[in-house]
Formats: sequence, C-alpha cells, structure tokens
Amino acid sequence: MRKLIVVGNGMAGVACVEQILKYRHDFEVTIFGDETHVNYNRILLSSVLAGEKSAEEIVLNDIDWYRTNGIQPRLGIRIADINADRREVTGADGSITTFDQLILATGSTAFVPSIPGVDKQNVHVFRTLDDTRALLDKARSGGKVVVIGGGLLGLEAARGLQAQGCDVTVVHLAPTLMERQLDAAGGAYLRRKIENLGVRVLLGKQTQALLGNGRVEGLQFSCGEELEADLVVVAAGIKPNVELGRLAGLEIRRGIVVNDHMETSNPDIFAVGECTEHRGQLFGLVAPLLEQGKVLAATITGNRGPIFSGATPAAKLKIMGVEVFSAGSTDDSEPGVEAIRYEDPALGIYKKLLVKNNRLHGVILVGDSSDDHRYTGWLRAETDLAPHRKHLLFPPPPEDAGLEVANIPDSETVCGCMGVTKGAIIGAIHDHGIGTMSQLKDRTRASTGCGSCGNLCARLLKAVAPEFEEDKQKVLCACVPFPQEKLREIVRSQKLRSVQDVLDIYGDGKGCEICKPALSYIVDMVWCGDHEEDRSARFINDRVHANIQKDGTFSVVPRMRGGVTTPGELRKIADVADKYKVPLVKVTGSQRIDLLGVQKADLPAIWADLGMPSGQAYTKGVRMVKTCVGSQFCRFGTQDAITAGVELETRLENLYTPHKFKMAVVGCPRNCAEATVKDVGLIGQEGSWQVVVGGAAGKGVRKADLLVTVETTELALEACELFFQYYRENANYLERTYDFVERLGIEKIRKETVYAVHDVRHSLLDRLRKAKDKSYDAWLERLAPRASQFVEIQPMETASV
Amino acid sequence: MNWIRITPAETIPPREGRTLRLGELSLALFNTGDRFLAVENRCPHSGGPLADGIVGGATVTCPLHNWRVCLESGDVTRPCDSGATSVRTFPVKVQDGIVMLSLDIQ
Repeated sequence: MRKLIVVGNGMAGVACVEQILKYRHDFEVTIFGDETHVNYNRILLSSVLAGEKSAEEIVLNDIDWYRTNGIQPRLGIRIADINADRREVTGADGSITTFDQLILATGSTAFVPSIPGVDKQNVHVFRTLDDTRALLDKARSGGKVVVIGGGLLGLEAARGLQAQGCDVTVVHLAPTLMERQLDAAGGAYLRRKIENLGVRVLLGKQTQALLGNGRVEGLQFSCGEELEADLVVVAAGIKPNVELGRLAGLEIRRGIVVNDHMETSNPDIFAVGECTEHRGQLFGLVAPLLEQGKVLAATITGNRGPIFSGATPAAKLKIMGVEVFSAGSTDDSEPGVEAIRYEDPALGIYKKLLVKNNRLHGVILVGDSSDDHRYTGWLRAETDLAPHRKHLLFPPPPEDAGLEVANIPDSETVCGCMGVTKGAIIGAIHDHGIGTMSQLKDRTRASTGCGSCGNLCARLLKAVAPEFEEDKQKVLCACVPFPQEKLREIVRSQKLRSVQDVLDIYGDGKGCEICKPALSYIVDMVWCGDHEEDRSARFINDRVHANIQKDGTFSVVPRMRGGVTTPGELRKIADVADKYKVPLVKVTGSQRIDLLGVQKADLPAIWADLGMPSGQAYTKGVRMVKTCVGSQFCRFGTQDAITAGVELETRLENLYTPHKFKMAVVGCPRNCAEATVKDVGLIGQEGSWQVVVGGAAGKGVRKADLLVTVETTELALEACELFFQYYRENANYLERTYDFVERLGIEKIRKETVYAVHDVRHSLLDRLRKAKDKSYDAWLERLAPRASQFVEIQPMETASV
Repeated sequence: MNWIRITPAETIPPREGRTLRLGELSLALFNTGDRFLAVENRCPHSGGPLADGIVGGATVTCPLHNWRVCLESGDVTRPCDSGATSVRTFPVKVQDGIVMLSLDIQ
C-alpha cells in the first residue's frame, strides 16, 4: 500500500479522492482538514446563513463515507509543516505522518485588507461553516450589518444576513457590482434587483477605517463619510493558501503552480483546487476544481493522460435570486467589437453580446440566463454567427421541444456548481434507472448547488428517462393532475365512488396504469370498501388474484396465518401441485408456500381445490404476519407470539394498503422473525409488547421506530390497528411505511394514533372495522364476476387463413 | 376484406382486454369503452401479454414492465426512444353485436 495524504478536506480535495476511488489503486488515504467538519458544500453556506438549510443538510460526505471507503479522516488538525525530502507532514498538534504521495488541497482564505480597526470585535469573514455559525450567532433582527465587497461572496453574505432580518448595506470599492463579470449597465441591473430586495448598495466607496471602541461601531470612507454598523463582514476576495507549498519547496506564484496533469514541481506532490495556479490563472468557482480533481485522479493512479485545459471562461450564478451569466470578454471598447444589447427595465432583464469578426467574443446576461448554453457553445466552437444573426438575443422558436436539449453537446456542463455534464446526467439516468428529479439529485448532485439549472435538468430528465415521473409530492399523473392528498379530499367531499367518475370529472376521462390503481385504492379506502369496484382499473394481479410472472403465468400463495399450517393443508397443497403440474413449489421469505408457473385458466379451480384463503401475495395490501415460536415452545419466549400473530393477521387480512404491508410478531427481543424490519412489528418482552413501525429490509434497510410499549396483547393489537388505518388514510399510493414514517416523523404519528384523544382513536378504529366488514377473501370470487378473464376467447368461427 | 366472427361484444367488459387464439396467432382484443381494437398479444419488449394490461383510452400498458403500446398504430409510445418494432394491428368491427376481426394485411 502507498500512503496518500490529502491536506484539505474541502470540496476540491474530497472530490478528487472520490475520483481516485473510481480507479484501481493501492492507496491508503488520509485526509487532513483544519475544520472540524466532514466535507460539506461551501456553495450552500449562504443558504445556511439564510436559515434555509441546516449544517447537516449541506454535508457532501458523511463520516460513514470515509469509513466505508477506508479513508482516515483527521479533522481539526492543521498541517503546519511539510518536509518534502523526508516525505512527512507535521500537524499543528505535533504529530508527524509520512507519505508516499501528497495532495495539497488547501483552498483559499478570505483576503482581509489591512484597514485600521479590522481586528475589532464583530468584524467577520464569511468563508467556512464556523464563520457562518459565528455570523448567525451575532446576527440579530434589525441589526446594522455592513458587507465590505460587492462580489459573489459579499452578495451571498448580504442575502443570508438580510434573511435573518438584519438591515444590510453592501459597500463596494469599484463603481460596479461584480465588475469582473459584468459591465456597468449589467451591474446596474443587478444593483436595482438587489435594492428592490431591501439591501442598500454603496458603490465607489473605499473603507479607510473601522470605528468603535473595542467593538465595531461603524466605517469611515476615504471621502470622509461615515456609516453606522454593529456587524461587519469582510468579503473583499480570497487568496490561495500557498504557505505549505512554499514550505515544501514547490514553485509558487500567486498560487501553487500546476501543469495540465495537476503535477507540481515536485514529482510526489500534487495540488488541486483554489490553492492552484494553472497557466497563470487562479480559480474560485467549483466546476473547474472538480474537473481538476478528475485529471489529478487519473494522473496519480497511473492513468496519466487526461489534461486540465483551464476553466471554461464562463460564470453562471444565482445571486440573491437573480440569474447572472458572464462569459468571455466584457470589454466593448476593443476595436472591431460590436455590442448587441437588449434591456427590459420592468422585467429586470439585461443581455449584451460582444461580437468580433462575426464570432461571439463575450456575453453578459442578468435576470434571465436560460439561453446560456447556446452562447457557451458558440464561444467554444467559435461559431460563425452569420446564419444566427436574426436570433442572437433570443433563440428561434423551437420546432421540437426536445431539440433544445438535443442541441447541447454531451461534454457541456449543465450544473456549474457541481460540475456535472449533460453526458454524466444522461449516463446516470440510463445506468441507474433514474426517473425523478430527487433521484437525479441524489445520484449526480446536479442542481443541488444554486439550483439555477433545475429547469434544464428536469427537461433533460423528461426527454431521456424512460420512467420519467413527477416527484412524489407533486401531482399523481398527467391524467388527473392533482396531488394525492387533494384527490383523497376530492373523492371524499364530492362523494365520488368510482375510478371512472374521478377520471371523467377531474381528469382526462381515460387514465393510465399509474393513476388507475392509485384511484382504485383511494375510492376503496375513503369509502371503507363501500365503493363501486371497477376491475378494469386494477392491475392484472388484482383482477385474477395472483401474481403475474415474467412468462405470463401466475404464482399462487395461500394464506397461512402467522406461518402456522397443518398436515391437512400441506397435503392439499401437494395434491394441487401434482394435479396442475405446478413447475415450482417454494417456501417464501414470508413463512408461506408459493406455487409458481400456474396457468391463468387453472386459477379458479386451484382455489377451490385448496380450500384455503388467498395470501394476497400479489397486491398492495396486507401480506402476512411472520411469527417466531414464542412462549408456546421456545425456552426463551416471553410472550405468545403465534397467538398474537395469528390474531393480528386475522384482524387486518384482505384489506388494501397504499403499498404492500408486512408484519411480524416475536416473543422475545432475540427477534427471530425480524420484527424490527417490518412495516409493523410486535416485540414481546417480560410483561409487555413493543410496537414498532416503518421498518424495511428491501433495497434499503431501516430499523423500525418504536411507536409505543404496552402491557397487554390487546393493547398491542390495537396500536397496530391504529397505525395501520392511519397509514391507509394518510400515505400516498405506493408509499411504503418506511418512507411514510420518515416523511411525517414518528412523533407526529404517535400523537395522531396511540396518543390521540379517545374520539380520534375511536373513529380510526371505527373506519377500519367498516372496511374490514366489507372485505372478503378474494379467492372466494372463483369465476365471478368475470369468468371470461381466465380463458382465451373461443372464436365463433375458425379462421380460414 | 375477410371478416371472422369472433365473440359477442359483451364478452369483453369496457376498458379490458382478452386473449384470442387464431391458428398460430395470439391476439389481444380490447374494448376501449367506445370501440374494439386488436393487436398481436406480445409486447415488443420481452413478450409480455398485452391483453392483461391496463387500458387508458386507446393505449395499453404491458403488465410486465409498463411499456405502453398504442392500440391504433401498434407503436410503442413509452419508452419514447425504445427503437422497438411496432406490434401488428388487426382491423376490428362490431356488427349486430358481434365483434368481427380480419387477418388481412392492412
């Protein structure tokens, strides 16, 4: 194993390690971070400052990530020295660690100009999570805050503090906000938007001194004016942290000099991120740093090849809700440069294109940056604009909605914050079957930064994903465009008792395989089974009461309550398997027996021969209760799990639920029937039962939450019933209990079920009883109501082919 | 066009499909609620029984993996870029309450 040390636990360093993990490597990785936090998303600090996100929500890699990838995190330890010859780093705590290879990802620090008084209390910088917490600690509603610096960081700090109720003024040295990205007119548009949001902007002001006795009380400008302040944020820029590079004897200019392979002047030391200088350029936005990380990962793992060719000359930002995009030159005084402008003061939209020799030379967009991809494409490819001259400022009307998405090259960065390309998004959609925006965000992190690319990502997803669906909180589907909560209310208040009524009145009259089963569930649940059942709106499994298999045959699972059976039942199952030549008989994971490969036409006869109830193994409904042996036989059993389990299954069987519903009862905490990973579990202990809900052991594993502990079996069963009916009434169709419990929180569920007032509990149980009274064993339907569905149609005359 | 008398219209409830075998062919015959349509009973994706799918308007969704097939054209409408060949459609009419079907190539 080679020892790799990464100094710096920020976005660039950790992103590079993530890339290294994608290669075969023999590194033992240690990451030093001088902050005590795990790797978080620095871009979102302004959201934390604004109170929109918690510190936990901006974590990029939690401690488990370090553990599962075998990475040693050394947090809160600043590296004080590097001895390149002896290949060792010395921590500020005196610890010495040796390395074979070293990556410097030391980032940058806030640049604090040497203004007299800058060391007074309540003068802060805004760079780290600790800075953010310190600011939150000091920010008070109505407090007078001055932000020195009208660049990206300063404006972000202003936004956050304004959201905390502070009275914020931004003081900027240049005559234009963000003068590096914007021209005077663009800056003026941005200023107007910001001032409309309630932040004062003072331009062309040089701060000469910070006033106050110990604690800051105001600013004095070079023009002699003064401004009152009880909190000052210095956001005058950043400077690369190069000191360690210097100690290691590396070539340093403004940053640590790296080549196209991210190598420094020492063959065993590499650098990545804001501390680097590449081809004379420094970096402040995330996208190029992530690109650097990819290149360095290739270099250091022996796959030297990819090169970093510098940052895309573009910045796409969202500043206080205002979209700003800037790429290429901003200087229209150059000879031979034509400027083409569009302004809409009422909408606050400003666009300026600089064209030189019929090629795009620069672009500034304020207030609407939706067309940025066209411009970056033109800049990069140096496109001849002659054919596009009529549509320079606005795209031509699209002939095809997918065309705009199709026209973006795969290599183009869609999410600038996270450095995610169109190709990466499409790859993720295909490789991981992504169908919703939330899945896309989870998988690729696209659109988790400033969010300005969210719209484009959604359009990409819509165009590419075979299984595209709106996110869950949103409408059920395009046929009935209402959220499920609203649909439940509509069905109830408008007294709609059939799926087709809902579709005819509130939908397109047709419906699809998404909304029909959901509406079937909703009308059944709302009317406690007293609805108009429409089998055509049910999935095939719920029409023929069996589970369709890949070859069009079905599986048959009779109910065995609590997993308890008899020799007589087993004999009948064996006889049926023989008589109908069932290809496979298998014990399921739910303590039951599955007959697989059954022909549809044989189903009604099999049910009759079995004489057992349906196990409902094919539906979004009550599946089963698994039990352990419990106190009837087990030496360790403290409660009678079998009796309780059979009773629980009997009370809830034959009812539909938003998604499948599995239960287990165990007689002691050894948990032999895995009650802690079921939708509902009862765990017996000496003299009481624990009722746990929302467990899962599927794609993900989730330990169930404790709903309540009760002393009698009857109370335990009642707690199950309360949760069961509450889930039926409040969960969305296809929402498992583990998502439901997480969405609502166990405290709320407890309050509205087991701890609810008597009337509420009583009416929940009352509705459950009503539904239960209407329910029946589906297999007793036999050939009614649709005999023809089990068999092929026999034509009245034969084909004369 | 040669028409074959298949079954009384009430055999197939509205918005449901049934399987029909004619010689070597397995067909899916649907009552969409306002008319009858027939296609080959085989999803181009993995051969799923389209007759068992949920019907919405003139679209059926295969019960195996939710591919959608237009019952009028036989085209796969989801996924949109499947590249799959369309399923064969068959002319159907109802005469005197009897569903009639033709195997003639359209």
